[in-house]
Amino acid sequence: MTDTVLSIRNISKSFGGIHAVRDVSFDVQKGEVLGLIGPNGSGKSTLFNCVLGQLKPDTGEVRVNDQTVAGMRAAALNKLGVGRTFQQLSVFPQMSVLENIILAGQEHQGTMATRLFGPSDAGLTAEADQMIKFFRLEHLRDEMAGSLSYGQQKLVDAAMAFMAGPSLVLLDEPAGGVNLTMLANLKDRLRAYNREHGTTFVVIEHNMEFVMSLCTRIIVLAEGAIIAEGTPDEIRSNQQVIDAYLGG
Amino acid sequence: MAEFIQILISGLSAGSIYALAAVGFTLLWQASQTINFAQGEFVMLPAFFVLALTVKLGLPLPLAIILAIFLSVLLLGAVFKKLVVEPMIQHGTLPLVIATIALGLLLKEGVKEFYSPLGQPFPSLFPQDVLSVFGAAVSIPDIANFVIAMGTIIGLQLFLARTRTGRCMQATAQNPDVAQILGVDIKKMVLYTFLINGALAAIASVLITPIYLAKFSNGEVLGLVAFIAAIVGGFNQIRGALVGGLLIGVIDNLSAGYVSAEYRQAVPMLLLIFVILVRPQGLLGTSEGRAV
Amino acid sequence: MKRAHLILALIGIAVLILAPIGQKNYIIYVLCSWLMFSIAAMGLNLTLGYAGQVSLAQASFIGIGAYITSLLTLAGYHWVFGWLAAMGATFVIGLLLGYPALRVQHHFLAFVTLAFNTIVFLVLRNEEEITGGSFGLVGMPRPEFFGIKTMPQLNFYYFVLVLFVISAFVFWWIVHSPWGRAFKALRENPIRAESLGVDTRRITLLAFAIGSAFGGGAGAIMAPLVQFIEPGSFALIHSLKILLMVVVGGAGFFYGPMLGAAVVIILPEFLRFTEGYYLIIYAFLVIVLMVYSPSGLIGLGSKLMARFRPKQEVRKDMAKGAQL
Repeated sequence: MTDTVLSIRNISKSFGGIHAVRDVSFDVQKGEVLGLIGPNGSGKSTLFNCVLGQLKPDTGEVRVNDQTVAGMRAAALNKLGVGRTFQQLSVFPQMSVLENIILAGQEHQGTMATRLFGPSDAGLTAEADQMIKFFRLEHLRDEMAGSLSYGQQKLVDAAMAFMAGPSLVLLDEPAGGVNLTMLANLKDRLRAYNREHGTTFVVIEHNMEFVMSLCTRIIVLAEGAIIAEGTPDEIRSNQQVIDAYLGG
Repeated sequence: MAEFIQILISGLSAGSIYALAAVGFTLLWQASQTINFAQGEFVMLPAFFVLALTVKLGLPLPLAIILAIFLSVLLLGAVFKKLVVEPMIQHGTLPLVIATIALGLLLKEGVKEFYSPLGQPFPSLFPQDVLSVFGAAVSIPDIANFVIAMGTIIGLQLFLARTRTGRCMQATAQNPDVAQILGVDIKKMVLYTFLINGALAAIASVLITPIYLAKFSNGEVLGLVAFIAAIVGGFNQIRGALVGGLLIGVIDNLSAGYVSAEYRQAVPMLLLIFVILVRPQGLLGTSEGRAV
Repeated sequence: MKRAHLILALIGIAVLILAPIGQKNYIIYVLCSWLMFSIAAMGLNLTLGYAGQVSLAQASFIGIGAYITSLLTLAGYHWVFGWLAAMGATFVIGLLLGYPALRVQHHFLAFVTLAFNTIVFLVLRNEEEITGGSFGLVGMPRPEFFGIKTMPQLNFYYFVLVLFVISAFVFWWIVHSPWGRAFKALRENPIRAESLGVDTRRITLLAFAIGSAFGGGAGAIMAPLVQFIEPGSFALIHSLKILLMVVVGGAGFFYGPMLGAAVVIILPEFLRFTEGYYLIIYAFLVIVLMVYSPSGLIGLGSKLMARFRPKQEVRKDMAKGAQL
């Protein structure tokens, strides 16, 4: 076994005549925090959806933990150890924060039968409380998730992505719409989680400040191809990247 | 062959009336996401307006019909929108569905209690003569119903496509946000839709009731047929509702003639299930583009 | 919190045990009918209220259950076999009806189930050799358990009450298990649920199957209760009536359908003096309720409670503070 969590090999995808992604390959190792950036229309969302199994690439293959994700349903991908967050708010509004987080872990416990006849929390209350504590949501534990502020719901969303102990977490624009205080809090928690559990992250994000300070490695896409790759400092000073962003 | 033509024509005639109800149903859905479970009762009721005006008040039939259409536009259009749909629309679809089910019950029981629980003869609008076309016996009411119903729908289509108000209504149905930005008074346009539905229901009522008797329970079947026609044709297209209505009319008559009287009702249902599973946007409809 | 619920449930059961004592046979019959419809409405509450899948076919499942039970008991088998067969068959048929829900949602699903109900009605009416056609089936015996006859109305009531309590407990168990949580997740955000490992296809099918099985169970009670069944009792209008029970009571609340069934079944008995106007008044009140409280009577209750109870202002301020 290698330490490669995510392996992307020669992915191409076009819609009609437009090549959204052309021949992209890269690997992500255990514990890495990879930022995927690029101007609008650079193909990062397409690539992201290929990793999620929601789009079938024209050529190439995506492997997670040495298994191909082609044609895999979201639930199966999750069972394979992939957690994710969504761009838009994605909590269960009429369930309490605790219930939201227990739900995120319960399908990984036991079988359908034990989930019917076993304890109603699937034995996860203690673990969920730890997660709630980790994301500093204790005071909101029994509130309806839908009544929380935007930033708080983002935290719940992130907590849910981690609940099943995934080896890879895909974060889809986590900073979008979150205010500065919350953003610092979110970044701090994500970093802490990565440090403590060695979980691999792949982050798509527009907020440069956020990406640069969170990620250990960054890949820049433009017009469907990788134009640069490196540490945040290298990317910051890369002329091609500056051109791609400023020159449009 | 003659028998087939006969069945076809009476099917098209009934179908064109179903289409009136189905078009109204579709318009309400487009304009305000209202699934009107009382649509059948909306078609049942105006006939009783006509009866009340002619029998109880002694007005001449043509005047009574005009007044009945006016009353429908007012009550089934404006009042329905103001008192039932408007306060509930922000709660989502389900409470409104329940409310329209209750409204259907209210109208049905109201007619039963306040007018009569028995079927009432309804004056026919046209001579009952029968013409012979290629050996097939075709009744004049069938032809007249078809012409009037189709004329109404074509007129509506022209209104929606050719007039400024009509185009604003279409814009509102397709994308209310954009329509509002473009300066369309969307509230007014939605109201117009409800008024048109009231008028369509009244016309359908006056045309279809002479075929049966005027009875409080008429709406049960009519409502179901309107739903099926709207869905089979395409929930978001007037053309679809028209085709759906005609299709159901013809299929219903054909299956009564050729399949079996017992399972006649099942044929449109099976068609409905088939269409929903195979082509949920309907035969002519366009996909409503669910965002993922 | 949990303790309060248990006490409430025990008080409820005690009231139900005492309710029929000294009442006329007819009143006891109405109470039985209420318990029976409560079970059916519980099932729909699971499918619609918890899992968010619209179904307008619950009456057809009562019908299927009632016919299966009738045919088996008329053929001489004990009622228990009829009951099990009814639940089993409606579970499987419900599962099959769930398949369209994997493809279409909301109003489309409503119409598929509506069409299904109509087809079941036609089959019951037309297959005379088995179902007795429009004349229906008569003379289903009331069962006997360990020598105790349920023929006397009061005995039959306690028999229904036992089944009701069992059903309510099973329902409670399901909605409080991880399955129940998965059902709610399906209702609130199916895409998110799927991404968290919930097999939403399986959960959707189960929501239909379990909900339908409750309908079948109710039908198994109806056969010996009414001792006469005919297709008209399972027509579309009755599915709409059960939908009314669920939504008027409060969809997605444990006690909602029981309350809703009481409104539809018991209330008319108190309003007999209004004669034919009852349905008009009822329909009017439903519309008003939906305008004022779309979450039904339970929602209305908690709205009123909230009005009289002092708000926990501190917490609200904190939520605001975090937002700023």
